[in-house]
Amino acid sequence: MKFKGSAFTFGDDIDTDAIIPARYLNTWEPSELAKHCMEDADPTFISRISPGDIIVAGKNFGCGSSREHAPIAIKASGISCVIASSFARIFYRNSFNMGLTIFELDEALKKIDEGDTLEVDASSGKIRNITRGEVYSSRPIPDFMQELVKDGGLLEHIKKRGSI
Amino acid sequence: MGRTIAEKILAAHTEMEDFKEGDIIKVDIDLALANDITAPIAIQAFRSKGFDKVQDPSRVVFVLDHFTPNKDIESAQQCKLVREFAREYGIEGLFEGGEAGIEHALLPEIGLVVPGDLVIGADSHTCTYGALGAFSTGVGSTDFAAALVTAQAWLRVPESMKFIFKGELQEWVGGKDLILYLIGDIGVDGALYKVLEIEGPAISSLDMSNRLTMTNMAIEAGAKTGIIAPDDVSEFYVTQRSSRSYKLFRSDPDAHYVSIREYDCSNIEPQVAFPHLPENTRGISEVGDILLDQVFIGSCTNGRIEDLRLAAHIMKGQKVSKGLRCIIIPATPGVYMEAMREGLLEIFIEAGAVIGPPTCGPCLGGHMGILADGEKALSTTNRNFVGRMGHPGSEVYLANPAVAAASAITGRISSPEEVVS
Repeated sequence: MKFKGSAFTFGDDIDTDAIIPARYLNTWEPSELAKHCMEDADPTFISRISPGDIIVAGKNFGCGSSREHAPIAIKASGISCVIASSFARIFYRNSFNMGLTIFELDEALKKIDEGDTLEVDASSGKIRNITRGEVYSSRPIPDFMQELVKDGGLLEHIKKRGSI
Repeated sequence: MGRTIAEKILAAHTEMEDFKEGDIIKVDIDLALANDITAPIAIQAFRSKGFDKVQDPSRVVFVLDHFTPNKDIESAQQCKLVREFAREYGIEGLFEGGEAGIEHALLPEIGLVVPGDLVIGADSHTCTYGALGAFSTGVGSTDFAAALVTAQAWLRVPESMKFIFKGELQEWVGGKDLILYLIGDIGVDGALYKVLEIEGPAISSLDMSNRLTMTNMAIEAGAKTGIIAPDDVSEFYVTQRSSRSYKLFRSDPDAHYVSIREYDCSNIEPQVAFPHLPENTRGISEVGDILLDQVFIGSCTNGRIEDLRLAAHIMKGQKVSKGLRCIIIPATPGVYMEAMREGLLEIFIEAGAVIGPPTCGPCLGGHMGILADGEKALSTTNRNFVGRMGHPGSEVYLANPAVAAASAITGRISSPEEVVS
């Protein structure tokens, strides 16, 4: 699968309260959560993105709360994938478990600027920065996580294989 | 090569032999928990995927603590969904109403977690139970749904970092200050994917309340969990509360650590984390003049009876600064009852504080003490991210309950020494 879109950049340590503030956690409805995606980091974000666009961030993206509302809000907003230098661990596992595609790319913010057009090949992990004319390799995804992606998330994986 | 306590607990819960750091393993879990915010997503997923059996209802706990007593219709709907699911599948571990306390204060208090357990929870502060010598870690709702179906979880075997605390604790310094100091040292991603193994003579002399405060905030350094090896203190705590059998694990002397750090507690003064990250720590003497609109004493980090006793010691006979709101929330019904028996609630009310029912409430900006634009709060909680306790333009400073109580009296961030002679 390939994703193509414009980059929306954020800094280091973007926490899940910034991705989806707790004041909206009285619902699990993806479309409702999407309306407030990234609201406390950039209130204009949701009005500026188009389907397929890509979030690019520094280190420790998704730190803080375990709320799965965070990757749900991002996915439902139309963002195709997230590229960050590193991810907080619960956000990382949540993304694979529920089906948000994410990539770890060293020094992501040095390689990608706000507004750059990106093309990402999910199977190879290659990230093409069309604006700069450069190609980067994201960090390899462990075999088990690739299996989760292939199966369509953790619960589908369990259904298919009978166990984790 | 020897094994760490974390590796030993994992080994006791998996059929996979000879695993090493970085491997992904499948583990049997002793307990899975979720709350009124995270359980609904799991329940929806469970139902929509067509599952119809909970593998082991006795290993499942729901604590309705975040937006309760229900703050609005939507929150009430979420609690209703969880309640109905628990009834349908015979899950007796449902805590709500007068049985509900903040999950990570409640479960150790009523003996639901014992040393050697492997616990996953759809709440990031599940790492708290490491103070009991358990391996416990926060996961998401889908992981919890998977645990409902299989009573198992997948985990990446984490590397461990060792932290040794030596020396005498200064006055007014507790577990909160030690963990804030550690986070200030290594940063909010300093332990990403790793285990904080906390030990040393200063830790041995801490009571369980202070230890639970420390492991509670392991996640604030990015860690998978924080663990303190069990000793007489933790064993006594557990045997007073639980009749379940337990296993005491300890790290081998030749276990592998990616790093070992030592801190001299005699150099650590009460810590304050400035907005908007828990790593922005300063000693109380370096804080400067910061006027406050609100002080909050409570949460899974610092809402236990020991925390309230400390706050009451400072607030006794004093008055909350005019114009400042001081909100105090006992973390569990047990803490509430004990605070009442000991006369602490009277001290707080006479001082002009507001007492709330056990709930996570204001810690995550849910209810019972939300901040307006531009307001500053000092809080005994665990996070001070942008908008964490209310308006994105508000600010949260984190500190221990003694600093919080003193600051409520003076109206600005203050050392307890300013209030107690």
